[in-house]
Amino acid sequence: MSQMTMIQALRDAMDVMLERDPNVVVYGQDVGYFGGVFRCTEGLQKKYGTQRVFDAPISEGGIVGTAVGMGAYGLRPVVEIQFADYVYPAFDQIVSEAARLRYRSACDFTAPLTLRMPCGGGIYGGQTHSQSPEAVFTQVCGLRTVMPSNPYDAKGLLIASIECNDPVIFLEPKRLYNGPFDGHHDRPVQTWASHPKGEVPDGYYTVPLESADVVRTGQAVTVIAYGTMVHVAVAAAAQAQVDAEIIDLRSLWPLDLDTLVASVKKTGRCVIVHEATRACGLGAELSSLVQEHCFHHLEAPIERVTGWDTPYPHAQEWLYFPTPARVMAAFQRVLEA
Amino acid sequence: MPQRKPLHLHVPEPTGRPGRDTDFSYLPLSPAGAKRRPPVDVPAAQTNDLAFALIRVLADDGQALGPWAPAIGAEVLQRGLRAMMLTRAFDARMLIAQRQKKTSFYMQCLGEEAIACAHALAIGEGDMCFPTYRQQGLLLARPDTSLVEMICQLYSNPRDPMKGRQLPVMYSSKRQGFFSISGNLATQVIQAVGWAMASAIKGDDKVASAWIGDGASAESDFHTALTFAHVYRAPVIINVVNNQWAISTFQAIAGGEGTTFAARGSGCGIASLRVDGNDFLACYAATKWALERARSGFGPTLIEWVTYRAGAHSTSDDPSKYRPANDAQRFPLGDPIDRLKQHMLRLGHWSESEHAATQKAVEAEVLAAQKEAEQYGTLLDHHIPPVESLFEDVYERMPAHLQRQLAQVRAMEGLQ
Repeated sequence: MSQMTMIQALRDAMDVMLERDPNVVVYGQDVGYFGGVFRCTEGLQKKYGTQRVFDAPISEGGIVGTAVGMGAYGLRPVVEIQFADYVYPAFDQIVSEAARLRYRSACDFTAPLTLRMPCGGGIYGGQTHSQSPEAVFTQVCGLRTVMPSNPYDAKGLLIASIECNDPVIFLEPKRLYNGPFDGHHDRPVQTWASHPKGEVPDGYYTVPLESADVVRTGQAVTVIAYGTMVHVAVAAAAQAQVDAEIIDLRSLWPLDLDTLVASVKKTGRCVIVHEATRACGLGAELSSLVQEHCFHHLEAPIERVTGWDTPYPHAQEWLYFPTPARVMAAFQRVLEA
Repeated sequence: MPQRKPLHLHVPEPTGRPGRDTDFSYLPLSPAGAKRRPPVDVPAAQTNDLAFALIRVLADDGQALGPWAPAIGAEVLQRGLRAMMLTRAFDARMLIAQRQKKTSFYMQCLGEEAIACAHALAIGEGDMCFPTYRQQGLLLARPDTSLVEMICQLYSNPRDPMKGRQLPVMYSSKRQGFFSISGNLATQVIQAVGWAMASAIKGDDKVASAWIGDGASAESDFHTALTFAHVYRAPVIINVVNNQWAISTFQAIAGGEGTTFAARGSGCGIASLRVDGNDFLACYAATKWALERARSGFGPTLIEWVTYRAGAHSTSDDPSKYRPANDAQRFPLGDPIDRLKQHMLRLGHWSESEHAATQKAVEAEVLAAQKEAEQYGTLLDHHIPPVESLFEDVYERMPAHLQRQLAQVRAMEGLQ
């Protein structure tokens, strides 16, 4: 076991897979010699050489398009989009190509590739460095969308994603790279050193896809969250002294419905928390699934706590960002109902 | 300082329209045999002149002229001619099948047969073509192609290898070096570059061959592909089939006016050739040159194949609405089958009676395949692949939500 930040855990996952599988290649903007703007690939080119780890032109469409071709050849490309906010030029390659190749060719060709991209806010990144675009991927059949909330899961989920024969969108909440963040932006920065999920096994292990994690068991209300919002929900439950059962979804789609349903049937109440905009967000699908599968167990309307339906702001970041106070308000509404 | 006129938006127009003959002088031509054949390791910049010339081998009288004339024997010529004739016969038959509503849709490659057929004969086993929807000649030129399988794809019947999921003509055949056709334009070009990069990363010697039309070359994926191919010196051929028309859009609207599509490669540092696409020998020779260059590690080649889309874009198109009816006949590069036939007759490798017999044979081959395919179903009799095929292969393993949805369809349809 080693103490790791999420950056170190992600790098370790790529290191493990580059070592284990000669078909794994890693590339993207600034990821080669420099090691990535967030340092997630630091040292990998030196260790594995330029045939395995290299820089790419500034073209997200080109990065993903070449990855589809490499996947069809038999490689397992792990490519980095520098910020999730920059992924849109690659959308045709992701939606019409990577996600459809297996189906349209009836398994004649497949594209096993992992697209890593930092997402989410809390770093004063403004609208081009803060978005949480998971819902534009979760609506695309053929894609898997994954978001870890801690170093342990980050490494295990990234290894599972690289090994997966489906294309995986791997979203990394950048505010969690160097430490957990519970939404209290005015408090001192925390590090992973004192967090149990900062303890990361050495070598190979996986966290299976399509499996949610119950990070806190409770009886009063189920919270479904992922990424940074897991930490916000934990802080809110502690502060409000609510016996919440908090579920870290981890795999956003396809997802672990059984864990959600079992929990809501037990608690009878459900709050869904995500950082992305609200309308047509993943929360809408989660809410609908809970309603379809748990209707007769529900004691209160399902609550959503999300980012507002605005572009991600700069100066108004903490008005936008779903804070523990907003989650606590939702607890109050569902528990009083 | 000269007095300026008010600005005026330039919207390119073809010289010909229905009722008005095309002036084909917009196409720069070169005489057969006139252009040099550089060594395959030539620096890309030293091919710039060839991006503005037209590499031709077959002269009007059927002679093969100049340094690009390939050293190929009668056997390859006969295979090439037969492949083009089979392709044309297949297209003609499938057009009729579409009119009979046995398939929903068809796209022919009339007039462009030489490009894909010559390419298929030149390319190596293990190489991979990333085609568009008008390269059926890549399959039809191969001895291991099953016409029945292709027709089952067109009919979307239970023997359709694509399980009814794709529009007709969107074939896929990995074992034959034929990548799954997308239908979204230009996406396959950058994928071909990625595939070629993988060949280099693995230390293999396989070459990718990407296909695109003049119209789709305006897509960003095309330009991205040129950048990546150049940056990584990828072993790839980027084929731009300039057939003058993208549905009703003339090639000048795609950016061909006053320049060539081959010149796009020159601008990106890629060796670039502009080739007579109706000249089977030039097609074969240019493909071999680019393959050898790529396989030897000298990097990508862009080839603009100048040809003419003699038929409609698809069965949903009516070209009489936007171009002169006699355009194909007046196109200065002639018909690819007639030109190769004339060459072979001249060499004594072919005779009119052999030609007539071959024509009968390819028509019979297509008809027999069609009859067999129709036993398995056509769009008319609603023999479609089973319900599972709707849900399978979205993911490697069917996730729970798709299993639930499959069960719902089965229940609704009264299936087990």
